[in-house]
Amino acid sequence: MSIVTTTCPYCGVGCKLELHVKDGVIYNVTSPFNSVVNHGNLCVKGRFGYDFVYSPKRVTVPLIRKVPQVPGSRTQAFDRSEWREATWDEALDLVADRLTGIYSRDGSRAMAVYCCAKATNEDNYLLQKLFRALFRTHNVDHCTRLCHAGSVVALQMAVGSSAMSNTAAEVVENDVFIITGSNTTENHPIIALQMKAAVEKHGAKLIVVDPRRVEMVDYATLWLPLRPGTDVAVFSAMAHVILKEKLCDEAFIRERTENMEAFAASMEKFTPEFAESVSGVKRNLIIEAARLYAKARNAAIYWSLGIPESSHGTDNAFSLIHLALLTGHIGRRGNGLNPLRGQNNVQGASDAGAMPWHFPGYQPVDDDASARKFEEAWHVEPGGLGRKRGLTTTEIVSAIAPEGVRALYIMGENPMMSEPNLNHTRHKLQDLEFLVAQDLFINESGAFADVLLPATSWAEKEGTFTNTDRRVQLVRQAIEPRGQSRPDWKILCDLAKRLEARLGRPESAFWDYACPSEILEEMGRLVPDYAGVKYGRLAEEGLQTPVYDDQHPGTPVLFTERFTRGRAKFHPLDFRPAAETPDKEFPFILTTGRVLEHWHGGSMTRNSKLDDLYPEALMELHPDDAKRLDLSDKQPVRVRSRRGEVVLRITVTTRTTPGVVFIPFHFREAAANLLTNDVLDPLAKIPEYKACAVRISPARPEDLEKPEARQPRGRY
Amino acid sequence: MDTPVQLTIDDQAVSAAPGTTIHKAARAAGIVIPTICYHDYCTANALCRICVVEVEGSRTLVPACVAFVAEGMRVRTQTERVRRARKNILEMLASTVDLSEAPEILALMKEYGADAQRFPGALKRDPPLVDDNPMYIRDYAKCILCWRCVQVCASDAQYTYAINFEKRGFHTQISTFFQRPMPLTTCVFCGQCVGVCPTGALKSRRAWLLEQGMLE
Repeated sequence: MSIVTTTCPYCGVGCKLELHVKDGVIYNVTSPFNSVVNHGNLCVKGRFGYDFVYSPKRVTVPLIRKVPQVPGSRTQAFDRSEWREATWDEALDLVADRLTGIYSRDGSRAMAVYCCAKATNEDNYLLQKLFRALFRTHNVDHCTRLCHAGSVVALQMAVGSSAMSNTAAEVVENDVFIITGSNTTENHPIIALQMKAAVEKHGAKLIVVDPRRVEMVDYATLWLPLRPGTDVAVFSAMAHVILKEKLCDEAFIRERTENMEAFAASMEKFTPEFAESVSGVKRNLIIEAARLYAKARNAAIYWSLGIPESSHGTDNAFSLIHLALLTGHIGRRGNGLNPLRGQNNVQGASDAGAMPWHFPGYQPVDDDASARKFEEAWHVEPGGLGRKRGLTTTEIVSAIAPEGVRALYIMGENPMMSEPNLNHTRHKLQDLEFLVAQDLFINESGAFADVLLPATSWAEKEGTFTNTDRRVQLVRQAIEPRGQSRPDWKILCDLAKRLEARLGRPESAFWDYACPSEILEEMGRLVPDYAGVKYGRLAEEGLQTPVYDDQHPGTPVLFTERFTRGRAKFHPLDFRPAAETPDKEFPFILTTGRVLEHWHGGSMTRNSKLDDLYPEALMELHPDDAKRLDLSDKQPVRVRSRRGEVVLRITVTTRTTPGVVFIPFHFREAAANLLTNDVLDPLAKIPEYKACAVRISPARPEDLEKPEARQPRGRY
Repeated sequence: MDTPVQLTIDDQAVSAAPGTTIHKAARAAGIVIPTICYHDYCTANALCRICVVEVEGSRTLVPACVAFVAEGMRVRTQTERVRRARKNILEMLASTVDLSEAPEILALMKEYGADAQRFPGALKRDPPLVDDNPMYIRDYAKCILCWRCVQVCASDAQYTYAINFEKRGFHTQISTFFQRPMPLTTCVFCGQCVGVCPTGALKSRRAWLLEQGMLE
């Protein structure tokens, strides 16, 4: 029997786990009560959701498709009979041959890779290095594009750094806090516990701005139920009130910000009356919220994907940033701008350069000095790394065409569930010339692949995750790799060496690491924020980046003296509605998101007992709408958008507002992303998951893919 | 900062901030007062009474986990009266509850010379094991009613309020409201309750299946 301390693989909170192992079997999970992030508390996924590791559906042998796949008619193969087992040598040789062949013929524009916010910093650093140094492409992205890209771009432009400014646990020091676009109790459950305690035990006042009556509304002083897509109007109207009532922190604005005049002029039009007319939020609520936030001694804003996942996601995030800049609620403990990051390691994967516009550490690919630095580090000839930005996640899919992207490497992600407008994604993936999936399961995307490389789960490897408040924590191996599965970093190093041999590169970019800590040290030499992040220092509480050297203690609060870009910059804003608004034909607004029991595309949770708790997609419909449509609770309905349709049961609930329906996107049987709109934010290239127009009609139980999957729950 | 309170615990001079419990003041001074229901991360409720101590001038024994220190207080943690009370509590627990998976309590029984057979005719608390959800089992034959699970489900952690006490006296048991199966309650299956259970009454279902040799 052994107990191994590690970090949770689910959400960005980064809870500490103790895996209890007997004879190579994890049978229990506990958490130490002195853990700095979660104080011994866990959610259902962290405590019970690890059994996917032992799922009989897990792939633990390299697989090659029996029938060679042809661009245009590529098919999905979920059944193991359509695959044959291969040795690692055969599988990796095949991958190396095909990738080199396509690269030699078409060059770097034909190559693309999805890194993985579930994998470690080390895995992501290596995979982006592999595609940049060997295939000379910046077509490197991961699901951050589909998640907080709008927040990241806005924060980069406004303050120069794109992470939570403060530590999540500081919420108990807030006098007032705003939660917007975040169903925190389900998506960041442990941070939500601290938020509840802030209200119940520390007297904080909470303002929730959300189209859904999420559980945190039960704890709120004010709830502003806005129509999806009208965030800029509501938050700018709050800024308007703060400006008109002179509730700003003049000294802060004078000393630490710029572009105030142009910004203030652009706020004139955002009267509370205007905001009410477009958002449906009563003007007095907006005024009250503005006063409450501005007059607080310590106030913070927490937001999640309701803000960035929009065709104007960057503007949405700007409108939040402005509130903090106007009132000086940033740069101090108990304040701040806090985008709650979704994945366990989306912060780390972004830090590690798994993005098309940046090398590791957000060093721009179109900056010659940065490019030179990485050329030297990776032994690439001067000018060898492109100076032009690569394609983002959704752009990679769209670029799949004979003159565009031909080969795609997917580590852990599942675009066939997570991309918007899945019918389009399907069509595009079918057109690939070569697809590699490195995963635990044959998921909806891997089913299209030519080769499946079986990776280990987090419990079978070493590495680091960086959580939502920039805390780098250790991932420790608890059990031996299942079957022939291998840790991602080992697979990538093996593949890279094969590729270098085939490409005839005179100098190796270097792939001979004895252990993951050496990979992180290489990254630390190139990324100043990680310079002092060494495994030996992470054992207890981890370290919050930036950590500039081996003595630096880490940085719990950002921007105490200055913003990363010097002065913070206000950005004038205009109101733009969602790209698709309801009309006669499609009268409802669909918004999407997650539920407590499941994780994203479902590769992990739908192969777990978690699926028994919540086995089928349910669409939330307001009782007023249900009555009008003559629909009853748990009745099957057909939901159509301009792009696709799904059949699923409804749950009639006041958790949503009239005219707005909600579908979680975890369920292949009724994939919400068949419906969503693939229109992109022009700056961040993030799709509009949170608002599209749909219509609803009754369906029959036999139209459901799994009519028998019903789990009555008190919660839903 | 308030002036520290001066007191003695087992004749040792101790200084503690006002509002400190006797239990914590003793611990800071290196004196161990045994606890069962008490948990550092739960609200103390003085339910099990194993932490009782003698306070000079107090008619009854005082539960150290909730009683605050006071100026000039004289506390004794190991008098014969205290030790007899603790032994009694342990023997009564052992007579009614299955303590086989409560190593801390078993260690205390040894330390206090408690006889598990002292009340041989006592009625056993022996309700059937509840296996009503995919995540954890509830075996209330092992439950000592420490209240930790109820508290973490409520305002000590989760604010979910899925469980509470039902019935009274000897028949008291932790239950969902109207004894509904757990999935039909507000339970979010966070398992904070499992995390604080000191006796194995609450257990992850996988751990239980492993014990039964039924884990696939």
